[in-house]
Amino acid sequence: MYEWLLGTGMSQSLANIIMGVLKSLIIIVFLAVSALILVLMERKVAGRIQNRPGPNRLGPGGMFQTFADAIKLVSKEDVVPSGADKAVYILAPLVIFAASVALWVVIPFGPNLVVQDLNIGLIYLAAVTGINVLAFLMAGWSSNNKWSLIGSMRSAAQLVSYEIPLVLTLVAVGMMAGSLRLGDVVAAQQGGIQNWFVFPQIIGFIVFVVAGMAEANRKPFDLPEGESELVAGYNTEYSGFRWAVFFLAEYANLIVFSALATTFFLGGPSGPLLPPIVWFFIKTYAVIFVTMWIGWTLPRIRIDHLMNLGWYVLIPLALINLGWTGLYVLWRG
Amino acid sequence: MLSAYTDVVIFFLAGAGFVLLTLAIGRLLRPHNPYPEKLVPYECGEIPVGEGQVPYNIRYYIFALLFVVFDVEVVFLFPWAVVLRELGMYAYVLMVIFLVMLVDGLVYAWRKGVLRWV
Repeated sequence: MYEWLLGTGMSQSLANIIMGVLKSLIIIVFLAVSALILVLMERKVAGRIQNRPGPNRLGPGGMFQTFADAIKLVSKEDVVPSGADKAVYILAPLVIFAASVALWVVIPFGPNLVVQDLNIGLIYLAAVTGINVLAFLMAGWSSNNKWSLIGSMRSAAQLVSYEIPLVLTLVAVGMMAGSLRLGDVVAAQQGGIQNWFVFPQIIGFIVFVVAGMAEANRKPFDLPEGESELVAGYNTEYSGFRWAVFFLAEYANLIVFSALATTFFLGGPSGPLLPPIVWFFIKTYAVIFVTMWIGWTLPRIRIDHLMNLGWYVLIPLALINLGWTGLYVLWRG
Repeated sequence: MLSAYTDVVIFFLAGAGFVLLTLAIGRLLRPHNPYPEKLVPYECGEIPVGEGQVPYNIRYYIFALLFVVFDVEVVFLFPWAVVLRELGMYAYVLMVIFLVMLVDGLVYAWRKGVLRWV
């Protein structure tokens, strides 16, 4: 494709830009399709856990339920509340969705199947996930609604608290691989299940999954939008497609974090017999299933417990993991 | 090298562009009928008292401050982590000392009770 573009007499930089646009379109379509699948999967899993069938009217097994929901959301009226800071209100969904698309630049779907394997991949991930906080604060502050404000403040406190253990586990992963490039992280785990980082770094894996669920606002940690207390949290005033963008970004964050858990600890897209990309999706969806399972089993955590868990448990555990990983790396050479 | 980051820029723009495009298409489909009662901020059916943008609890601010301290620390950790194999035990011990000093700050905040959420 790239060679063909160059063959038409196009300059190299223009060909690069066209390839980038095509890749971004593929990722966006991929995210939209995954969100459709994940919403249905979430409702089905929740249904089974609560001993009910879940959506089952539209199409075989309720397959078309999310399509109907998506069409409904696009055709809903778009309400901007009076007194809202209109520019910021409109910008917030753009920011959150742009960030969740941009995360996919560095994630390897298979050997050589990555948009750009940046040599600072781990720092890039930490930086771009930090943008979520901004979008939540923008949405909550600009809505001119007290529920939104409380929700966004909570999410800011939660996201910054859980970002520290998350980033500390990233440091340990970079230490194991001896590189910040995600391609090298995957390469370091090649050659069978015994080389997966999950075994020497079991503490890091647990910290990463818990902190990742909190970062993605998954169920036991969904305080920023706790329906029973805050109506809908930071996106209370959003309706129609603008609301759907937040929803889409939330599912995009869930799949990003599961893909990262796969890449960092479960060998990434490596495995026998099946092609790498299939293994990548099997592992990613396995992690997603486990998070849904946890989410629909445990009740929502209280905010003081949430903060205590982050600062008193996860950060010390992440530091212990870091110290242990350093010793392990020095010992193994 | 720079071309690696053009993809990053394109991805940000494409994400924002997708939202704008879908909103523009949706404009053809959706009704548009605002009236003052509909635009009132939602407060469970009550007429809202005062503005929504009120000064807010200082407690969140302390967590943000602690976050800044730890995030800067992590920036120092990344280069150390990558080359630990070459640097060996000496660098490890030095970094443990650095971390102990930082954790000391966390323990201080802990004992002072600023992290308590009451």
